[in-house]
Amino acid sequence: MVLRDAVLQQAAVSVRDLEKGFTRRKGLTRRRRAALAGVSFEIARGECVAILGQNGSGKSTLVRVLSTLLLADGGQVRVFGNDVFKEARTVRRLVNRVSVEASFFKKMSAAENLSYAARFYGMGPRETREQIPRILERVGFPSSRRGESMESLSRGMQQKVALARALLTSPVLLLLDEPTTGLDPRSKQEVQAFIREIRATNDSTILLCTHDLQEAEQLADRVGLLDRGELLFLEPVEDVKRRYGVDTLEEAFFAATGRSFEDEKTEDDEDREVFA
Amino acid sequence: MAAVDVTRRFTRRRVLRDELIGLYGVVERNVYLTKRYLLWDLAFLLWTVANTLTIVFIARGVGVGPAARNELETKLLVGGVIWAFLGIIFEIVTETVAWERWEGTIEYTFMAPVSRPVHLIGMGVYAVIYGLVRAALVFAAVVAFIGIHLAHPNYGAAVALLGIASVSFIGVGMMTAVLPLVSPEKGTQLGFVAQGLMLVVSGVYYPVSVLPGWMQWVAKISPATYALRGNREQILHGSGLAWADVWPLLVIGAFSIPIGLAVFKAGERFAKKRGKLKRSG
Repeated sequence: MVLRDAVLQQAAVSVRDLEKGFTRRKGLTRRRRAALAGVSFEIARGECVAILGQNGSGKSTLVRVLSTLLLADGGQVRVFGNDVFKEARTVRRLVNRVSVEASFFKKMSAAENLSYAARFYGMGPRETREQIPRILERVGFPSSRRGESMESLSRGMQQKVALARALLTSPVLLLLDEPTTGLDPRSKQEVQAFIREIRATNDSTILLCTHDLQEAEQLADRVGLLDRGELLFLEPVEDVKRRYGVDTLEEAFFAATGRSFEDEKTEDDEDREVFA
Repeated sequence: MAAVDVTRRFTRRRVLRDELIGLYGVVERNVYLTKRYLLWDLAFLLWTVANTLTIVFIARGVGVGPAARNELETKLLVGGVIWAFLGIIFEIVTETVAWERWEGTIEYTFMAPVSRPVHLIGMGVYAVIYGLVRAALVFAAVVAFIGIHLAHPNYGAAVALLGIASVSFIGVGMMTAVLPLVSPEKGTQLGFVAQGLMLVVSGVYYPVSVLPGWMQWVAKISPATYALRGNREQILHGSGLAWADVWPLLVIGAFSIPIGLAVFKAGERFAKKRGKLKRSG
């Protein structure tokens, strides 16, 4: 019981001094750019944290490190106490993600793509026969279309299947990397409503990376700003506004970075964007 | 809502069960894809039959008697069919990474909790099943088209020998599968180079004895050498499984699978370090 309480109190995600850089060749020269420069933060179990940042700020790099797809140059990253580099397989059982691209086998149907994903998490045919229609219904995907190839579905529909894929494996840490980017307003609202439902019904901790300031404010308990690989703050929205004496997150971004959220990128930023 | 126990550790039995389901998942996915790309597969099969015919027809122009011609046609046919079989195994195993990257699913597959050996072996198992079916179809089509006379072929032994050789082929395929991981632009093509080199030294359309000395030495460590030699004997003379062909294949297989897995593991680590494990490379 004591151990169980300790686990429940343990941080879902603990990141300490995380560093990751990439080298880009340009002609004969090589440029080293830091995608993440000493990032540290914690996320409590059951919390929803949004990380804001422009393209190339390091959001996707952070998600890929937490997904065990990238090895860091330095620092420590733990998911429910498990080291993502040394205990990758244990971490993989606990994590799933939804990214900006739906990423499916385009000729295969929604049901076939979900079966494929589920098998890697130990779900046999009998289990998926029951679970897949149920989960697709839950995300609002019409059951009559589950045999259609993914390429015939709209972006909004594909993103719903992506959410279903993530939920099918009951992740306790859900990584959402710009899940509503490029969606029409209606699909965007549906996806956001579903993220709220997950929070209410599942034992899931959510890390939402986005450049949609409104989305972050609406969905997250705390909002962080990642700028050129550095985490400038991670606080509840009201605390951020109070700290900078502003009324909106956009103004807070300007106050924190000296730049507008929509400012043009420098050459350095473009280099960073290639990887981060 | 009930709290998920994140400290849960799975028993060995449960891990084994999950790995077998993962292996089944890889094979099942490939079956789905084959069904969806069936017309493309049929077109590729026809191309392979035509390609094999161009090789086998060479025997008609050599100017030897009917019996010698029939034997030469059969030898060339076995070479052509094994080339096609090996090509499929290399293509499927090598494209473990390339295909996933092209579809954009690579990050999801590589972050799933299935072990890499199971993932790669799953690809290999499907490749062998698909390759055997395809090889049988190519063989039957060419025999029927040219009218090759096969007196006492031992098909059972031929398939068994190909099955044994497949273990080594999968191991070598795993080594080349790492190439698209390390070099997204050129990796797949380098895999085809490896396949071509293996067949050149293995006597695909000629006896190994015609090769330069150093190539004959390399032929000794190529599994295709023993598959070709054994299959020719089995199809031409109805021979059974010869220990002289089986033991080298078992030895090469015992080394190639662990080496293949180790090479892939090192490549995956390199890709994770350099940020290449993503859809755009």
